Amino acid sequence: MIRLEDVHKAFGANRVLKGVTLEVPRGQSLVVIGGSGTGKSVLLKCVLGLVTPDSGLIEVDGTDVTLGDRDAFLARFGMLFQGGALFDSMRVWENVAFRLMRGPHQRPKAEARAIAVDKLRRVGLGDRVADLYPAELSGGMQKRVSLARAIAADPEIIFFDEPTAGLDPIMSGVINALIRDLVTEMGATAITITHDMTSVRAIADSVAMLHGGVVRWHGPVSALDSSGDPYVDQFIHGRAEGPIETVR
Amino acid sequence: MSLAALPVTGLARLGRAVIAALAELGRVTIFAASIVSHILRPPFYLRELLQQLLSIGWLSLPVVGMTALFTGGALALQIYSGGARFQAEFAVPSIVAIGMVRELGPVLGGLMVAARVASSIAAELGTMKVTEQIDALVTLSTNPLKYLAVPRVVAATLAVPALVGIGDVIGIMGGWLVGVNRLDFNSGTYLHNTWQYLETSDVVSGLFKGAAFGFIVALMGCYYGMTSGRGAQGVGRATKGAVVAASVLILAANYVLTEVFFSA
Repeated sequence: MIRLEDVHKAFGANRVLKGVTLEVPRGQSLVVIGGSGTGKSVLLKCVLGLVTPDSGLIEVDGTDVTLGDRDAFLARFGMLFQGGALFDSMRVWENVAFRLMRGPHQRPKAEARAIAVDKLRRVGLGDRVADLYPAELSGGMQKRVSLARAIAADPEIIFFDEPTAGLDPIMSGVINALIRDLVTEMGATAITITHDMTSVRAIADSVAMLHGGVVRWHGPVSALDSSGDPYVDQFIHGRAEGPIETVR
Repeated sequence: MSLAALPVTGLARLGRAVIAALAELGRVTIFAASIVSHILRPPFYLRELLQQLLSIGWLSLPVVGMTALFTGGALALQIYSGGARFQAEFAVPSIVAIGMVRELGPVLGGLMVAARVASSIAAELGTMKVTEQIDALVTLSTNPLKYLAVPRVVAATLAVPALVGIGDVIGIMGGWLVGVNRLDFNSGTYLHNTWQYLETSDVVSGLFKGAAFGFIVALMGCYYGMTSGRGAQGVGRATKGAVVAASVLILAANYVLTEVFFSA
């Protein structure tokens, strides 16, 4: 289980997180929604230790994330970055197999490649793609490679930052289905950040809305349309009028 | 603002600038210490080190070689015309050799590598930072400092002295070409005088400078790249900062090292 309690983070005078409290049970898929610049990505980065919170507590399975063996902690995670964050000096299969070829659980090159090719197939990419460089792929293919990299080592916890941003509706549907399948089949705990309401309904077990630096609403995806929260209503229906200021 | 307050405001600005400069120096020092502390600790990324040796060393050879060749030739001409004022033309071979090996080889070689390598490292790592590739490395249980910075710093520290050594030979050859073809020196006499007045300490001090300059170049490239600001402008600033800082530090370190070798 992932637990955040009263997490604060500011960048200079900009207070991004003002006391976020949230729980994600093991094996659940949480989707975090909220306007641009409300700190959704910062939230994920705080859990991973890429950003250090100013105050508050973050626990994974009851252990403070700032304590213990960091490599072992990170080995439990997979992360799909918004822009893919593929290493452009490496071939696609080397990107996917990056973790497999390094560290204490290092696999032989041939085995790592075989796993990478298998994961690429899992996200709908053929063997032919394995030896290409990321720059030779379309945006949708890069996203899928990044997804394959995130799941390459069969992580227990996977974070998806805007997995469908910039993709066409069909490719978005493919990625959504993949994420849902991965969470269901692998039994992984997932946190996804998205603005795409189709994705929210396809991926989420529960939804949290981040607004004003705090969790404004948190509940099961089935209760999203009847949340009774004007902020959630405005966001999910994409209305210009409402309590959320459109000029930020 | 009153006129009386102007000096105070000026002092406050100066104080802020000094504090900012000292803070930056502190950050660079901590960054350098972290890199050095990681050099001897596993894991070792040998493949990345070899790639960087190729990129920093081998691929810098043409620019360092051309710089040394023309500098050696120009130096021979300058010493000849200057030496003619007090009948010291005969000193051309030895001064070209000593000047190249002790000073111009390492400094110009270091500056050329700074222009080529510090900019390239800063741009590459800066782009990796803004595209979240460095964050991705962390999530893949890989220390970016160890994986990205250590191989580059070690490779530059090893490659630049080698480049300086080759540059020294090419620079002396440039002087010899001009001496023999333009200034009517006897080829054998020129080479004999070059060899006769050159001491081991001249070569060693030049190579040591090369190692120090290589360390500085890669350190600045990595530091500015890994602390790059956002977007194309941030990467551009990081690249410019890396080249300027590396160049100034090379010249400052050259003076300090020359003092050390001169006093020894």
